[in-house]
Parts: sequence; C-alpha cells; structure tokens
Amino acid sequence: MLNLLWMIPVLPLAGFLLLVLMPHGERRAALIGCGSVGIAFLLAVGIFVQSGGWAPGSMAATQTLWTWFEVEGLRPGIGFYLDGLSLTMTGIITGVGFLIHVYSAYYMHGDAGFARYFAWLNLFVSAMLVLVLADNLVLLYLGWEGVGLCSYLLIGFWYRNPENGYAARKAFVVTRVGDTSMAIGLFLLATHFGTLDIQAVQAAAARDWTGEERWLATLAALLLLGGAVGKSAQLPLQTWLPDAMAGPTPVSALIHAATMVTAGVYLIARMHGLYLLSPTALTCVAVVGAATLLLAGCTALCQRDIKRILAWSTVSQIGYMFLALGVGAWSAAIFHLMTHAFFKALLFMAAGTVIHSLHEEQDIFNMGGLRRDLPFAYFSFLAGGASLAALPLVTAGFYSKDAILLATWDVPWIGWLLWLVAMAGALITAVYIFRLIFIVFHGEKQKSGHEHAGLEMRIPLAVLGVLALVGGFIRPPLDDVFLVAEAAAHHAWIPVLASLVSILGVGIAWHFFLRHPARALAVADQYAGLGRFWGSGWGFDALYDRLFVNPFVALARASRRDLADRLLWNPVAALSRLSHELLSRTQNGQMRWYAGGIAVGCVLVVTGSVML
Amino acid sequence: MNAIPLEHSLLLASILFCMGLAGVLVRRNIIFILMSLEIMFNAAGLAFVAGAAHWGQPDGQVMFLLILTLAAAEVAVGLAIVLQVFRSFHTVDADAVSELQG
Repeated sequence: MLNLLWMIPVLPLAGFLLLVLMPHGERRAALIGCGSVGIAFLLAVGIFVQSGGWAPGSMAATQTLWTWFEVEGLRPGIGFYLDGLSLTMTGIITGVGFLIHVYSAYYMHGDAGFARYFAWLNLFVSAMLVLVLADNLVLLYLGWEGVGLCSYLLIGFWYRNPENGYAARKAFVVTRVGDTSMAIGLFLLATHFGTLDIQAVQAAAARDWTGEERWLATLAALLLLGGAVGKSAQLPLQTWLPDAMAGPTPVSALIHAATMVTAGVYLIARMHGLYLLSPTALTCVAVVGAATLLLAGCTALCQRDIKRILAWSTVSQIGYMFLALGVGAWSAAIFHLMTHAFFKALLFMAAGTVIHSLHEEQDIFNMGGLRRDLPFAYFSFLAGGASLAALPLVTAGFYSKDAILLATWDVPWIGWLLWLVAMAGALITAVYIFRLIFIVFHGEKQKSGHEHAGLEMRIPLAVLGVLALVGGFIRPPLDDVFLVAEAAAHHAWIPVLASLVSILGVGIAWHFFLRHPARALAVADQYAGLGRFWGSGWGFDALYDRLFVNPFVALARASRRDLADRLLWNPVAALSRLSHELLSRTQNGQMRWYAGGIAVGCVLVVTGSVML
Repeated sequence: MNAIPLEHSLLLASILFCMGLAGVLVRRNIIFILMSLEIMFNAAGLAFVAGAAHWGQPDGQVMFLLILTLAAAEVAVGLAIVLQVFRSFHTVDADAVSELQG
C-alpha cells in the first residue's frame, strides 16, 4: 500500500488533466472531480491502516520517484515523505476536500464554468498534496506556488466582474511578497548545506549552526516565517484573505479556510527542528500569531458581510495556530489546524447554503429569522459556531483551543501576556460568531429563502457537523514527529476559565444581538469611529495603498512617459509606421501597375549587371 | 547564301519585345494584354531561333518549341480567367478589377 503513495497527488492531477483536455457535461465533470479526490482519500486511509495506525514509531517512509534536476551538487528529487504530520495533512486535504467537492456539485450547479471549476479544484488538491508530502523544500515550493496559482484562478473564477480579478491579483501579489522571503530563505539553506532535503537540512542545521553561527538559524527561520505569514494571511500580510472571498463559497471553504491558508502552519511545524535552534524566531512566531488573532477578531466583530466575518475569523484562528507553534506546542497547533478545518469548512458551506437560498445575498443585516426556512444551515451553523467559540466539552474546538491555552501559560517571560491575548481572543470569537448566528437566524424575518433539499448539500454538512462536535477525540498521530518533550502541565483552572469565557461571550452576543438589539445599535453609534477603524481591518489596506500601491502606480505612470521613450523609441516607431504606409500604398490592386513594376525591375537588374 | 546578320534579327526581336511590353502596360482590355503578351513570347522565341541559326546549335529551336507550348498553355489559362472575370465583373477592363489591394 505504501508503494502507492505517489498515487495520492497523481490522482487529482489526472482528474485535472481529464477535465481540462476534454469537454464534459456537469455529471461527468462532478464524477471525475469528486471521484479522483475520494479515491485519494481512500488510499490515504488504506496507507494509514496498513502502516500500523496509532503505534508510535511506525511511520516515516520516503518514496523517491526520480531526480528532478541536478545543479552544482543540489539534487532535489521528486520524492514523497510520509510521517504522522504529512499523513494528518493528507487526510484533512483529501477528506475535507472530498466533502467540499461533493458540496460544490450542489453549489456550482448550472454555472457555465462547471467543468473548469472542477478542473482547477482538482489541480489545487494535487498541488496541496505535493506541498505536504514533499520530502525536500524545492518540491514543497513547487506545491506552495501551485496552490497559490489555483487560489488566484479560483478567486477570479467569475472573471467577468473586474472586482473579482482585482481581488485575485491582490491575493497573488501579497502572497508573493511572502514567497520571495521564503525563496531567499531556501537559497540561504541551500548555499550552506548543499541540500534541501527537509530532514537533512534540519539535522545539518542542528549540527552546524551552534554558538557563533546561531544568528544564521534565526535568519533562515525568520525568512521562512515570511513565507508562512504571506500564505497564512498573518500580520502584516493579512490583507488579501478577506478580499479572496470574491471566489465561489466552496473555494473559500477549501482553500481559504481548511487547507491552503494553513500551509504556513504546516511549513513551520515541518521545519520545527530549525525553529528550535532559534528562540528569537519562535518568539516572533508567537507574537505574530497573538497580534493577528486579536486584530482579526476585532475586525470580524465589525463586519456586515457573512463571508468576510468568516474570513477574518479564519485569520484569527490561524493566529491561534501560530501562537501554538511559537510556544512550542507543535501538536496542539496541528490539532487545532485539524479541528479548524472541520468547523470552518462547515461554517463556510453553511454560509454558502444561506447565500444561495437568498439569491446571492451576503449582508447579514438583510437576513434574519431564517432558522425555520433553512433548518439544515441553522444546525450546521450552531455546530460550527459552538466549535469555533469553543463551548466546553461537547465541541472539537474546545479541546484544541484548550491545548493551546495550556501551553501558552507555561511559557516564561511573555507567556502571561500571550495567554491574556489568547483569552481575550476567545471571548471575542464567541461574541462575533454568535452575533452572526443571532442576526442571521433569529430576530425579525427580512427575506424568506428556500433550502435546496439535495443530498450532495446535506451529506457534507452532516459529516462535518458531526466532526465539528466530536472531532476533538481524533488524535492526530503526531507522537513520533515532534520528539521534543512538550509541556504537559495540567492546570485544571485554565479549561474551566476558558469555558466560562466562551460562555460569557455567547451571553454577550445573546444580550446585545438577540435580547436588546437597540443597545447594540447605541453602543455602535457611540463608538462609530472605532467601528469603522476595526471594520476596515485596522486601516491596513489604506496604509498599504499609501505606502506601496500609490507610489508604484505613480512610478509606472512616470516611466510610461520617460525621456528614453520620447527621444529614442517614439521616432523609431513613427519611422516604421511611415514606411509601412508608403509600402502598403504600392499594393493598389492594379495589375498594370504591378506589370510596370516588374518591367522596371527587370530593366534595373539587367542594367545593373551589365554596368557592373 | 547571304545570312542575315545576328544583329538585325536581335534588333527586330527587341523591337517586337518592347512593342509587346508597351501593349501590356498601356492597354486596359485584358484580351489585348494577352495578345501583347503573345507578341513578347514570340520576340523571345525569335531571339532564340536567331541565336541557334548563328551558332548552328539545335538548342535554340528546342527552346522555341518549349515557348510555343508554354504560350498555348498560358493562353488557355488566361482566357479562362478572362471569362471568369467577365462573368463576375461584367467588364474586361484590367483597371476596374482592382479589389485585391493593401
């Protein structure tokens, strides 16, 4: 079974090729798209079962297919590395991906680009699997850029609206800033160690980068962190993710919630050997995560668009994962990544059902009292929202967030500050998600919608709804991946306090948005300026426009009319245009004119040859 | 037997050729252009025959036979084109048929 590891990324790739090379009707396109990912999931399950399941030390296998290229001793192979971490990621990508594919068949039904949509979705899954299974950083980078490309294509899927194209370009360019930093980090590693094999690089770094050389480890770790920050929409490159909601909603669920945006978390967890060498870099990771989770949580509180609330919530939850990575709680981060994939994909798909039922309405203040019209979406939202808010004991999010809070408390020096931020974030999370639920599903009815009753919509929501509640009992097989002893201290009061905080958050939401909506309006009026500031994502877009975009546009304008063009190239262009016009005038269609031309030419040639 | 000097026959050939060329360039009726072309062919043929007679070589005569067949083929194709032109444009004026221009 392990020999078939290469099949996992190849299957969706084959699906992509089939879909893109031949015309397909809806049924066949959906079958190919869902089928290839579903079989890949079954393969992953088969490999997991056969390789011993939970037993520690049973899984770390490399399968090298061939050498990709060889330059100056650097020979990255097309090779896959399987251990608990990559297997967990593979399971999430193919499993949640399969459910989202099935849901897409409902959501995209009747769209002119149905087959194109599934082709790109399959290409994305394939690239993401390459990313997590790669045994060297060059192949990982290939997958990394592949998912970036698919993200671009799918955000701009409805390309006839120029705003979608703008959002797609923004996502591409902003993540490219991070990718550049990551590429420089890879160059640094490659020049020092002559290899980019993930395990070899970390072993070599632990051997060589000690004492005086330690700053190199910090530098490399920070450069890789730049890439992770770009891909995972963390401070200061978080601005692209809310705009990425221009794509179809299942795309937001798959790419911008469950899988691609967590690639940064995966990268840091995969390179944890390098990060362990540099406490400075680890602290940076934790601070970035903490700052992002607070900022994004406050922003989510002030949004009107149902998808943007969820997008900012994703940014905030990935902030939790970064915080966990930064405090060395590797498996807690991956655990939260998994539960987040469950409940955030569920929330996005439920939101998609709401949006679809109300004919593409996204403003939550135009919704209300929908719980009778859309019971299935309502219960999905309750399950996902409870899990996101980490309501105690019955939800998956409780267990993963609890692990992060526990680990953060034990960090020396700034641990208490990070812990306070995480607690505040937990409160805000509960408030904003239940604000959404209360406004959309309770209160006065504004529009009525009709829920589509198809199985392809209900099964994914039902499965993910169950996982969002009980997924906390799935333990990812990470014991032999992170060999570092993780703090296992138990403070019984932390889970209790966290439960109280999340219940308090739900209570606040209930008080302001269900019981006394007038008070919420009064508070909103009183702090209108703050609301605008938070709602705009703390003004980062305006800041970047002023700092980077406007100067760049001005520079481009100026260079369009620069001196070299005017003095050197414009005359050349004018001359060639003039001679073109002269020459085309000789082609007047008159046969006798041509005959005369031939005669004169003959005379000239004969005279010339006689004279010379 | 007093042979005609080569210069005389070549002069005649070139005069004929120039007359034909002038006809091709000046005439507007396609039929007349074809006839002028025929004169040019025969001028060239005359030059070949004169050269062959002067040097006593058969190549010139062979070349003339080739020109003869060529001219026949050319006339067949040319007249067919003229017919088609007349059918679609209702004229045989070469200047009126000038749609193919840049």
